[in-house]
Amino acid sequence: MSNPDLSRRRLMSATLAGMSTWLLAGCDRLNNSSWFPRILQSGETLSERVHKLIGRRAMAQEFTDADVSPRFRGNGNTDPEDPDYQAHVRAGFAEWALVVDGLVEHPRKFTLQELKSMPSRTQITRHDCVEGWSAIGKWTGVPLGQVLARARPTALARYVVFHCADAFPGSDASDEPTPYYESIDMDDAYHAQTILAYELNGELLPVTNGAPLRLRVERQLGYKHAKYIMRVELAQSLKDIGEGKGGYWEDSAGYQWYAGI
Amino acid sequence: MDTYLYKRHSLPVRLMHWINVVALSVLFMSGLMIFNAHPSLDWGRQSYSGKGSVLSIGSHQGSNGQWIGTTKVGSHEFTTTGLLGVSIDSNGSVSRVAFPSWMTIPSTYSLADGRLWHFFFAWLLVLNGVLYLLHILRSRHLVRDLWPSGSDLWAIPRSIVDHLKFKHPQGDAAKHYNVLQKLAYLSVIFVLLPLIILAGWAMSPWLNSLWPGWVEVFGGRQSARTVHFVVAWLLVVFVFIHVFEVIISGVWNHLRSMITGNYRISAQAEKVGHE
Repeated sequence: MSNPDLSRRRLMSATLAGMSTWLLAGCDRLNNSSWFPRILQSGETLSERVHKLIGRRAMAQEFTDADVSPRFRGNGNTDPEDPDYQAHVRAGFAEWALVVDGLVEHPRKFTLQELKSMPSRTQITRHDCVEGWSAIGKWTGVPLGQVLARARPTALARYVVFHCADAFPGSDASDEPTPYYESIDMDDAYHAQTILAYELNGELLPVTNGAPLRLRVERQLGYKHAKYIMRVELAQSLKDIGEGKGGYWEDSAGYQWYAGI
Repeated sequence: MDTYLYKRHSLPVRLMHWINVVALSVLFMSGLMIFNAHPSLDWGRQSYSGKGSVLSIGSHQGSNGQWIGTTKVGSHEFTTTGLLGVSIDSNGSVSRVAFPSWMTIPSTYSLADGRLWHFFFAWLLVLNGVLYLLHILRSRHLVRDLWPSGSDLWAIPRSIVDHLKFKHPQGDAAKHYNVLQKLAYLSVIFVLLPLIILAGWAMSPWLNSLWPGWVEVFGGRQSARTVHFVVAWLLVVFVFIHVFEVIISGVWNHLRSMITGNYRISAQAEKVGHE
């Protein structure tokens, strides 16, 4: 090649084209490696630490009736197939009771009527899905702290785990469906806006949105807000819950346990 | 001496420039992955107010069973099969995703992984940006090289004409940024990047709660999401213009100066003028 500029130019174009393909394949390789996601995870850990540091008790924004979504989107499971649950729906949840157990001094059950007779909180808040959409609803329920005060968690309790009536199919057709579960820490459990909601927009909570009882944990993404809650378990560690990451989506799809982002 | 090398970029600026190249590329591509989880943009506090979307990308099946990709901007719908809504993935099969696999990190759909990449490189971008601001203030790079002078501003019309003619300063004049270049860099540093970071924070429910209501500066969380998306594309436009200008005004000289720091000044043009 007589013209060095021309050959350099060709070399550069070939290099750039090669590099972009190689970079894309490289990102996928890093993504599927065992070590690189662990480095990426440090970003999430840093965010969680900083968020805890600067806003432990901060309150989520509350809205007015005018902001309420005409129809509050139901996502994930919207009609659990479990026969026991279906029977509760037919009976209007008259025989249903919430189990509170695990690391508590007084393991016990609460009927829906009992929960409704306890002090309540109503809040108009925005529900942010991990996918990106938001909906605004008016929730009424009993603060989780009120329920915990009656069951009295022991000093060892560090997490509140929610076991639900809905289930997702297993990865294989042969697998048993996995019931939904989620967990939060004690800071969130005693936060003023953390409630077990039994009403949406002034009506009984519809099945689509988690009847008879769903969690509202307003400073985190939608998948933390467990629906169809059957049992609340106090635990010292998340290791023995599901596959150990503290929630159905955390275990099955790699979503973060801390969902404040 | 007709031709000589001079130190154009300091080591911190060179390092931070390339960190930005990596961070912004990963943020953009993992951001498109996150967008693919809910491929529409709304204005306001929420997504289900009943108003239409600002932008939405989707797909439907045509009469012959073929998948058709559509992009709706306001009330105008465009067919975008092959690029948006329906595209061919890296395995050669038809994929019904908003942005195609060659534009996203990772290339196959995973919202969890996209978020993992995005939030790590977001920290890198923010920390790099803070160090950069401290550096340009301390080293006077901001005042000396980036801030336009009064005469710079008078030269704007002239600079526009020069750019349209692809005419670039030669000799000693090439040592300084031209006024359009200064304004472009300043708007990226002080407008676009702060805006995209703030709009990103506005999407975090936890950060929302630190000062309830602050997200209203964008008009609500969904507006912030839209702003975040639009600014990301404005940054892509900036990068394209930036790379184009680098290529037409001496790509090797510019690349060397951003790697080793040395930029070659050729006085040839001036000499020709004098003879």
